[in-house]
Amino acid sequence: MNLTGKVFKFGNDIDTDAIIPARYLNTFDPAELAKHCMEDADATFPEKVQAGDIIVAEKNFGCGSSREHAPIAIKAVGVSCVIARSFARIFYRNSINIGLPILESPEAVDAIQEGDNLEVELETGKIKNLRTGDVYQATPFPEFMQSIMNKGGLIPYVMEKTQD
Amino acid sequence: MGMTISQKILAAHAARDVVKAGELLSCKLDVVLGNDVTSPVAISEFNRLKLDHVFDQDKIVLVPDHFTPNKDIKSAEQCKVVREFARDYGIKNYFEIGKMGIEHCLLPEQGLVGPGDLIIGADSHTCTYGALGAFATGVGSTDMAAAMATGEAWFKVPESIKFVYNGELPKWVGGKDLILHAIGDIGVDGARYMSMEFIGEVIRGLSIDNRFSMANMAIEAGGKNGIIEADEITLAYIKDRFKRPYKVYQSDPDAVYAQVIEYNVSDMEPLVAFPHLPENTRPVSEATDVLLDQVVIGSCTNGRIEDLALAASIMKGHQVHPEIRVIILPGTQQIYLEAMRKGYIEAFVEAGAIVSTPTCGPCLGGHMGILAKGEKALATTNRNFVGRMGHPESEVYLCNPAVAASSAIKGRITPPWEIK
Repeated sequence: MNLTGKVFKFGNDIDTDAIIPARYLNTFDPAELAKHCMEDADATFPEKVQAGDIIVAEKNFGCGSSREHAPIAIKAVGVSCVIARSFARIFYRNSINIGLPILESPEAVDAIQEGDNLEVELETGKIKNLRTGDVYQATPFPEFMQSIMNKGGLIPYVMEKTQD
Repeated sequence: MGMTISQKILAAHAARDVVKAGELLSCKLDVVLGNDVTSPVAISEFNRLKLDHVFDQDKIVLVPDHFTPNKDIKSAEQCKVVREFARDYGIKNYFEIGKMGIEHCLLPEQGLVGPGDLIIGADSHTCTYGALGAFATGVGSTDMAAAMATGEAWFKVPESIKFVYNGELPKWVGGKDLILHAIGDIGVDGARYMSMEFIGEVIRGLSIDNRFSMANMAIEAGGKNGIIEADEITLAYIKDRFKRPYKVYQSDPDAVYAQVIEYNVSDMEPLVAFPHLPENTRPVSEATDVLLDQVVIGSCTNGRIEDLALAASIMKGHQVHPEIRVIILPGTQQIYLEAMRKGYIEAFVEAGAIVSTPTCGPCLGGHMGILAKGEKALATTNRNFVGRMGHPESEVYLCNPAVAASSAIKGRITPPWEIK
């Protein structure tokens, strides 16, 4: 699957409180969460972002709380994938489990600028910068995680197992 | 090649003799935990599976603690979902207010977690139970949902960093400071995907409450889990609480570590983590310029009886500084009761602090002490991210209970030795 979108860049250690502040965790309605996505990092983000756009961040994206509301909010606001130098463990796991595409690629993060347009090929992990024509490679997922993602997340994966 | 304690516990739960770092395992779980924020999402995902039962009614623990007592209508609705799920599926360990506490204070106290257990919780501070020699780690709601159905979860076997603490622990320095030192050294992603193993003579002498504070904050260094081998202090704590058979695991002498970090604690000072990351640590004596609006003592990090005893011993006979608010949050009903019987609650109230029912409350900016724009709070909690306790332009500083109590009296960050 190929994704295309405009880049919004973020810095190091973007925590899940910045992605979706706890003051909005009294609901898990994706549409409600989307209204406040990234609010404490960039309050105007939900207004600016268009369907398909891409978040590019530095190291340790999604650190802190285990709230799955964070990847849910990112997905619901229309972001098609997140590229980071590295991801915090629980956020990484949650994203795979709910089917939010994430890619780890330090070289992409180094080269990509705010506002660039990217084309991302999820199967191969190739990230093409449409401004420069450069192509960056993301770390491939282990096969096991790929199979969860191919099934559309952990629940469809478990559904198959529990119905055996 | 030997295995670390964390690797051994994962191996045992995957029916394997030997595992290596980097392997993916499917493991059987002893406990699956959720709270009022994460469980409703998990229940919604669980319902997609259309099952009429959970894998084990005794092994799921549901604790509505974040926004309880229900802070607003939406929170009340979320708690209702959890309550009804617990009733419909016969979940034994559901804790209603009156019985509940902050989950990571409550589960050990109620004997629901013990040495050698493999525990996942849809809360990042689930790593707290590593203080008992368990492998405990935070996950999201979908993992919780899948685990409620299957009793299993997948794990990548982690590498470990060994933290060795030697020397003599100075007065006023506690478990909170030991872990803040480690986080300050390696950074908020220094142990990403890794196990943090705490050992050494200082840890052997450390009380169980101080051990909980340490393991609790492994996640603030990005750790998958924090763990301390069970010893006589652990076994004394679980005696009369923990009813299941348990197993004490130890790292092999030839276990391989990604890194070994050694500390001599004898010259350590209590630390304060400045906004907006727990890694921004400074000795308390270099933090005294910070004027405060609020002090919070409690949370899953420092809401246990020893924490309250320490804070009360400092605040007793003093008055809270007139320009600040002081909020005390006992971790559980039992801790509250014990603090009352021992006179700590009286000392707090006489000093001009307020004492709340157990709740996560202000720690995550939920309720019970939210900050306005520009306000500064000193808290014994675990995170000082932007907006963590309220307005995005407020600030949170992290410290141990002694520093928090001293600062409550002075109205600015104050070393405990300045209070006579």
